[in-house]
Amino acid sequence: MGKTLAEKLWDSHVVRSAAGEPDLLFIDMHLVHEVTSPQAFEGLRLAGRPVHRPDLTLATEDHNTPTDYTLPLIGTTSIKDEVSRTQIEALRSNCAEFGVTIYPMGDAEQGIVHVIGPQLGITQPGMTIVCGDSHTSTHGAFGALAFGIGTSQVEHVLATQTLPLDRPKTMAVTVNGELNEGVTPKDVILAVIAKTGTGGGQGYMVEYRGSTFENMTMEGRMTYCNMSIEWGARAGMVAPDQTTFDYLQGRKHAPTGSDWDAAVEYWKSLRTDPDATFDAEVILDATTLTPYVTWGTNPGQGAPLGDRVPDPAQFKDAADRVAAEKALAYMNLQAGTPLREISVDTVFVGSCTNGRIEDLRSAAEVIEGHRVAPGVRMLVVPGSMQVREQAEAEGLDAIFRAAGAEWRQAGCSMCLGMNPDQLAPGERSASTSNRNFEGRQGRGGRTHLVSPLVAAATAVTGHLSSPADL
Amino acid sequence: MQKFTRHTGRAVPLRRSNVDTDQIIPAVYLKRVTRSGYEDGLFRAWRENEPDFVLNQDRYAGATILVAGPDFGTGSSREHAVWALMDYGFKVVISPRFGDIFRGNSLKTGLLTVLLPDSAVSLLSDTVEEDPSIDVTIDLVEQTVSWADQNYGFEIEEYSRWRMIEGLDDIDVSLRHVADIASYENSRRPWLPAVS
Repeated sequence: MGKTLAEKLWDSHVVRSAAGEPDLLFIDMHLVHEVTSPQAFEGLRLAGRPVHRPDLTLATEDHNTPTDYTLPLIGTTSIKDEVSRTQIEALRSNCAEFGVTIYPMGDAEQGIVHVIGPQLGITQPGMTIVCGDSHTSTHGAFGALAFGIGTSQVEHVLATQTLPLDRPKTMAVTVNGELNEGVTPKDVILAVIAKTGTGGGQGYMVEYRGSTFENMTMEGRMTYCNMSIEWGARAGMVAPDQTTFDYLQGRKHAPTGSDWDAAVEYWKSLRTDPDATFDAEVILDATTLTPYVTWGTNPGQGAPLGDRVPDPAQFKDAADRVAAEKALAYMNLQAGTPLREISVDTVFVGSCTNGRIEDLRSAAEVIEGHRVAPGVRMLVVPGSMQVREQAEAEGLDAIFRAAGAEWRQAGCSMCLGMNPDQLAPGERSASTSNRNFEGRQGRGGRTHLVSPLVAAATAVTGHLSSPADL
Repeated sequence: MQKFTRHTGRAVPLRRSNVDTDQIIPAVYLKRVTRSGYEDGLFRAWRENEPDFVLNQDRYAGATILVAGPDFGTGSSREHAVWALMDYGFKVVISPRFGDIFRGNSLKTGLLTVLLPDSAVSLLSDTVEEDPSIDVTIDLVEQTVSWADQNYGFEIEEYSRWRMIEGLDDIDVSLRHVADIASYENSRRPWLPAVS
């Protein structure tokens, strides 16, 4: 019987397999950032172990870094928070001690870990990629097996370049049809999570198939795969095709010459065989989708922008009902309010979900010629310094600035409450990031997850809106 | 990792679903470079803002078993969530369903996560709410959870069970296979990226 893409990726990385034990899987690339690594390096130090493959390990600084500094930087003095500064300094000294390459804050290659991997051509089809960060699923967009790990596993990969893992089950999510005007990959994933729940992909390696994914750009596929974890999936992936090869060719770490030809030849074999079977399948029609936004405190609590805040009493499942009641109380929303009438204080465009050049282009296109509404603060944060440079070359920064938005340095920024970019208690945001958990963007902050198009339109009107409303 | 064979203690019911790791420990606590002392961050927002939150109730003081709603530990991969629960004194978390990464982290670190059906979790929560002093026993060797006259079996990956019972470090186990790793490394495709 044939194999699925996920099974091919898995099987080609098995170092050792024994009955009653997990497979020992080789890891082709280990991405490292400052938050989930210090205790892992400390573990190596205590055990007297080296990093086994520093050449397959790449570090950057993204979670703690402020985004309002000016270049050139002098040391870490622009990080005002002492604890954050200590963590950044720990990563730098760990990388120096263990021989790991690092792109520090201010470096031309620095950025969010899941933005720089693909941008450098380090993320390639057929690879296994891990990082101590749940959004590592992003790299699955290239037909790689990529997943987030905890700090114990970070230490394990540093020490051995392998991980002992039980093979998850496989699932196919097939989405067919052309997306309507104003509907983006972000809307598709928010819709899928809303329809199937935050546990819908639990325990599966998921392959995204169908014409909707085939017609997506690489950046769209990355946005979609990025949020696999919000749906509970262990990993999400799209089979590599010409779109993938075109994106990769010429990038810094992409193969060249005869290696390129050999690589493409191999990459073309990374498809699910026609006679392979999945453990589960989900099929969706994309043609009826409209822009999606979240109203609650987990990514599954979402609805079409044209809907109203739901009435918890209408949830059949008791746990869902209680969760909705709690969410509305936290979000300070009334059942029945049209979602379009929800006003925001802050609009955030950025993150590993929607901080790439296409995201910035689409937001700029919407906001060009408009002004950010009075009383609304809009942060535009490129996912990497390269994205920032590219955007500036295209004049996008000027469009955002002219509209009254803040144009910032690269980093995770307001996606999570770890750096100075945070919501104040009670503040409400429309955010292109990936999590609307309680307090995620700052204590007491309220988050509505949206696409870059909805974010830009919302900045102009001051309440949740789509570009068609302008 | 400490060996885990059997634990008896009191339980505290957390009747919430989708408790993500941001709720278990907010990001601000993740800036530290240390490996212990995270108990102050555990469920920080709820402990601070909700006077009747279960961990604020004296009747549950000293509980070592957390009985949670479905989808406990979703979201961020932060292992700090496991450390915070353990530093606070929890030895076991029981739920009908866990976030994948959280569950992996817990079993590698020595916090036993036990899957029980919804009905058993509800019954245990009811029982503990009525009488918080009741002893609950989790036996990893027998794979059972028992209290009063109740006894439930649970499933766990055999390898994780063995490692927890033996208290084994994963890295030591994998390093026994250096020859296999070296042989795999020699077979890797030549164009694969390297950064140094």
